[in-house]
Amino acid sequence: MDLDDEGSNFELKEIQTLSGHTDRVWSLAWNPATGTDDAQPVIASCSGDKTVRIWERSALTRSWDCKAVLEETHTRTVRSCTWSPSGKLLATASFDATTAIWENVGGDFQCVSTLEGHENEVKSVSWNASESLLATCSRDKTVWIWEVMPGNEFECASVLQGHTQDVKMVKWHPTMDILFSCSYDNTIKVWAEDDTGDWHCIQTIVSGHSSTVWAISFNAGGDKMVTCSDDLTLKVWEADIEGMRSGNDQVLWKHLSTLSGYHDRTIFSVHWSREGIIASGAADDAIRFFVESKDSVVDGPSYRLLLKKEKAHDMDVNVVQWSPGENRVMASASDDGTIKIWELATSSN
Amino acid sequence: MTLGLINANPIVHAKKERVARCEDSHCYFVRDIRDPEHPYSLEQLSVLSEESISVDDKLGRILITFTPTIQHCSMATVIGLCLRVKLQECFPPHYKVDIKVSPGSHADEEAVNKQLNDKERIAAALENPNLRQLVDECLYSNEL
Repeated sequence: MDLDDEGSNFELKEIQTLSGHTDRVWSLAWNPATGTDDAQPVIASCSGDKTVRIWERSALTRSWDCKAVLEETHTRTVRSCTWSPSGKLLATASFDATTAIWENVGGDFQCVSTLEGHENEVKSVSWNASESLLATCSRDKTVWIWEVMPGNEFECASVLQGHTQDVKMVKWHPTMDILFSCSYDNTIKVWAEDDTGDWHCIQTIVSGHSSTVWAISFNAGGDKMVTCSDDLTLKVWEADIEGMRSGNDQVLWKHLSTLSGYHDRTIFSVHWSREGIIASGAADDAIRFFVESKDSVVDGPSYRLLLKKEKAHDMDVNVVQWSPGENRVMASASDDGTIKIWELATSSN
Repeated sequence: MTLGLINANPIVHAKKERVARCEDSHCYFVRDIRDPEHPYSLEQLSVLSEESISVDDKLGRILITFTPTIQHCSMATVIGLCLRVKLQECFPPHYKVDIKVSPGSHADEEAVNKQLNDKERIAAALENPNLRQLVDECLYSNEL
């Protein structure tokens, strides 16, 4: 396979630049139900301009257009957005301390619910795989778990305390109801529900990163995760997935590998593709790709740099996200106010 | 805001003869930013001096180090915000700015530096109307 061949040359081709936001774009999310033969790919993006934009690629022209601007709801920066696994709902987290839930009603996006409770800026929101739970996190140092009830009602199930600083991101495990959070306090926490229905922290990774951990991403199998940090490294962790599946609470995530020396400014985003390519977006305007190196088998896998795309944007790259539908297609967003769609291709010689 | 001043009696220095240093139309007037607590500029309070600003035009990077008037100065984060906003006005938007307190000048040096450079925290702080007002007063005050 070309990923294993270290002689393969890759290039990141720019497909299109999506402009429209009037301030930095903090995050974006591909609608998981789209990008198939029937449904054209759809992306939601959120910005410092307090709006969320919905973009769709035209079946006819193959060009991306802005289909909707969700405004007049959040009163401050919208920091993160994420679609429910079915693609029917969109959750948006804002510095205005609320999380809004949107539904596409005949082409029109309506805010069907507003989740309040955090004391200050909400930084991230995540749906679990079965769409029964939602998690949010905030500068107020807490992580909230919400139960999704019928009729777009959301009930707070738990307020998780433990982080000692601003919580930057929450992410559910891809298959199990285990929640992960990462923070300005340099740690990653793992949360699970016990038999009595109480959520508690089952692991805190403290001796990992030496500065703010900005993001977490899981591999396709769910047995590895990669985190990125202000300490300029990416760290890969692994856990015994079978142990986790059998409900063993004592299963711990262990450090597998550290990718250092590749970034010289804060890494804001990291995303692991289905195929195993790790993409990172950083404050040096570049996007980097890493794959497992087939060489070392001694102490476990190591990772090598596949490609560095310098000046991917004119300013900091805040988010990188692989397309759920098309192979090796990716989107990124930046402080420069744009979103870019890319294709990672092997360069023809 | 706090009722009492944190540093009620700062040492004030005379304003230095300003040597014209505007290369390539960049303005170096960050030193005229008013201290959040006093009607003096950061330069007069020895918070900033010429040596504390370094610009790499090729890479588009700026490093500013400043010395808060006292070791436990809680105004350090406000000064940092003021510097950042002022620099945004003076330099093209793609310039990357790192702001630090001079080594040894603050009791919580590492913690302050971390907060001064967390982009997300800075963005949220500048959306806070009270903080924004204080920053604007420091930057646009006509008392100098």
